[in-house]
Amino acid sequence: MSLTLQFIPYIEIEDLDSEKRITKLLKIVKANKIILLEGRLKGNEETELIRRTMEEIDDKFKGIELSVIFPDKKDEALFRKLKSMLIQALMGDRKGFTIIGPATIVKEIKQDPDKIQLFTEDLKIPRKKR
Amino acid sequence: MVNIFTLLKRLFRGRKNLKLGLYGPPNGGKTTLANKICVDWIGEEMGATSNIAHETREVQMKESVIIKSKGKELVFNLVDTPGIATKIDYEDFIKLGMKEKEAKTRAKEATKGVIDAIKWLDDMDAVVIVLDATKDPYSQVNITIIGNLEARKIPVLIVGNKIDLKKADLKKVQAAFPQYKVIGISAKMGKNMEDFYEALFEVTDK
Repeated sequence: MSLTLQFIPYIEIEDLDSEKRITKLLKIVKANKIILLEGRLKGNEETELIRRTMEEIDDKFKGIELSVIFPDKKDEALFRKLKSMLIQALMGDRKGFTIIGPATIVKEIKQDPDKIQLFTEDLKIPRKKR
Repeated sequence: MVNIFTLLKRLFRGRKNLKLGLYGPPNGGKTTLANKICVDWIGEEMGATSNIAHETREVQMKESVIIKSKGKELVFNLVDTPGIATKIDYEDFIKLGMKEKEAKTRAKEATKGVIDAIKWLDDMDAVVIVLDATKDPYSQVNITIIGNLEARKIPVLIVGNKIDLKKADLKKVQAAFPQYKVIGISAKMGKNMEDFYEALFEVTDK
């Protein structure tokens, strides 16, 4: 068994409305792939992703693990902060990364402000018969 | 962003009691805290508690809870919500001794409970986030829910529960959410409840 990590650049979701964004992400996760999304979803989209995930849970799909790494340096100079706010307003929330994985594969994501640890389920590799 | 419907709803809510919601991940001690508040002020418990996650699978409300502190009075409807999670696996309940059918029913009800808890977010006037102080507070669910409340301009108080346990690390909870007031309590043992009630007055601006 192998792990598939799918990178999604922000440009791929920027023109989609919230519903289509979530549908796209859930479709990939339900195909047992781990998503590495450039940037982050809006706050209400993250909540909606949790809500939609709950609606889709069944015997096979057990849910998701979700984590966002978002650089928010409190000591950042005012000019830099204003600059990034302007870029964010014009181009969307491209800062940081969002990781979304199927719960059957990603057991836990441990999150520190600047670091993410991904714990996966033990992959059972069949031993070769001699 | 707070939508116009929410603003109008809040405006026309008029003199009705404010709604105080207890939110957080499963097994943080929301119902234990709800029970403690209810026993302290109205003399009866609110709901059942269990060590197995997702014991509360429906939103429960106790109306007109009145708490008093230092000559002040706070009247609210207490709303206890199911724990918010991103995954629910019926096999986890089987591992804890449930039969398959019962485990599947519990999982189904738990998913519905999470959906209901999210729906109720918009209706809250103030929220207490109940976290298990023995666990890692850096969870995306916690961050997402708190971020949502902030965007809706709903006041938030964070409670680090289970401080009677050796593994509890309140400083870690405070470090995770430095912009919020964090109170350490043990709802089960009734520890530090006076500070918690005092903080409720602050967060609801009473």
